[in-house]
Amino acid sequence: MNHPMWLDNPAITAELLPALGQTLLMTAFAALISVLLGLPLGIWLWATARGCLAPRPAVHRALSALVDLGRSIPFIILMIALIPFTRFMVGTALGWQAAVVPLSVGAIPFFARLVEAALRDVPHGKVEAVQMMGAANGQIIRQVMVPEALPGLISGATVTAVTLVSYTAMAGAVGGGGLGALAISYGYQRYQSDVMIACIALLVLVVVAIQFAGDRLARLADHRR
Amino acid sequence: MIELAGLRKEFAGTVALDGIDLSVPAGQIHGIVGRSGAGKSTLIRCLTGLERPSSGSAVIDGIDITAQRGAALRRARRSIGMVFQHANLLDSLTAAGNVAHPLKVAGVGRAERRRRAAELLDLVGLGDRADNHPAQLSGGQQQRVGIARALAAQPRILLCDEPTSALDSATTAQILSLIASLRESLGITVLIITHEMSVVREACDAVTLLADGRVASTGSLRRVLGEPGTALARDLLPLPEGREDSAAEVRASGRASVQVALAGTSVPELFALAETAGAPIAGVEAGTLETIDGLQVGRLRLLTDDAQALSGALRAAGIHVEEAA
Repeated sequence: MNHPMWLDNPAITAELLPALGQTLLMTAFAALISVLLGLPLGIWLWATARGCLAPRPAVHRALSALVDLGRSIPFIILMIALIPFTRFMVGTALGWQAAVVPLSVGAIPFFARLVEAALRDVPHGKVEAVQMMGAANGQIIRQVMVPEALPGLISGATVTAVTLVSYTAMAGAVGGGGLGALAISYGYQRYQSDVMIACIALLVLVVVAIQFAGDRLARLADHRR
Repeated sequence: MIELAGLRKEFAGTVALDGIDLSVPAGQIHGIVGRSGAGKSTLIRCLTGLERPSSGSAVIDGIDITAQRGAALRRARRSIGMVFQHANLLDSLTAAGNVAHPLKVAGVGRAERRRRAAELLDLVGLGDRADNHPAQLSGGQQQRVGIARALAAQPRILLCDEPTSALDSATTAQILSLIASLRESLGITVLIITHEMSVVREACDAVTLLADGRVASTGSLRRVLGEPGTALARDLLPLPEGREDSAAEVRASGRASVQVALAGTSVPELFALAETAGAPIAGVEAGTLETIDGLQVGRLRLLTDDAQALSGALRAAGIHVEEAA
């Protein structure tokens, strides 16, 4: 321990807050994009299943394979493989803005599966009741499926956001910035355990805050009690 | 009015409906009964276009629902109200929101929706529960909201799929009297699918028994009960629960028993008949009597010393004897 510790350590006083900001920005943007694109993908997956709203078994199988492919590639490899795509989208492969691209690509199929599961939990009788009102499929999805599955969808988005927080640490390892990068470059590579502890504490706080907010929202949306 | 002709449905080799012909006139409350697997659910699903029959037609108020596709099918469904076993209300909407939902689907404006929903909730006696979510209502209240919702688009036909099977007997009676009063006030045609014979006895004008995907017997309640020999009549008016097998008890007591089904013969007439024939009735061991549509019907297990003579005498008088031992 021959370096200045805690509040004397510039890695903490000068870099911790910006790193926290980068982690939050990465998580927020990636979560937003995952929800915006994962929700329709999950609805499509659900609706095309056998015996569902618009059964297209072939489409369902193809989507399902695509989603599983996306989920099975380890994130660190996905991130490297996507570098050309990331350059094309944001002009660079470095920085938190660039990290949002692989984070989103990794989280979209994850969230889509959670959406599909949440929709499958809505009793089919409710769908039939609304079909009997003469509702078209679009109306059924907007007026029945999304509102009825909302607590499950919010829980799914929460799980996705928490997963994204841990992915941001990996993104940090290849130049994405954020708390993960700080923890690796100071806490691990320079043996500054105070930085490591501070980073971990902040990551835990972020995860706890996301989970708390998600649970609160899901409860507010739940009218089943 | 509902007109089914040659309705047939096959699922991968098994025949669920095997040529159903049935006509339900406007304003009638018609019960469809049968054991599970008899085809009741398939029948109602074909009537709503949720299932497509293999052949045959289901004409509801002049429109063959089985021939409709896409937008035309959705339009046709708006003239049918549907009540489910579990009300199938949306948890995310209030009672009023659920009742107004068919109007929203049909593109009716917000003010008109609110007015109709309030009116319909009053009609089913839940005017004060408009802002409650389904989870805050009892099963019977949920079913009443379900009925109000089914009526929202002013259908001419109400299809009820086991509407009381999930309810206790007091709530069942409330729901059935609500359906009967709706028929009086709105002149609506009602088809009730049920496995509960008591529902048919209390609510229906006519009944159809399905067995193995076919119509085993059909007719007005009065006609069906007036032919006491049929299986349907026997199911509709059984001996009180727990007394079906009491013949053995009677035999053990040294007496004999004769089970008869009555349709139009009163109990005093029955006793007088037995007296005249010289085979007096010593008592009634078990029985059920009801007046349906002005017809006195029932089923009795009579005690006697000479079962042979009593059953012979009653048979000669045209009374249906089911068992003599």
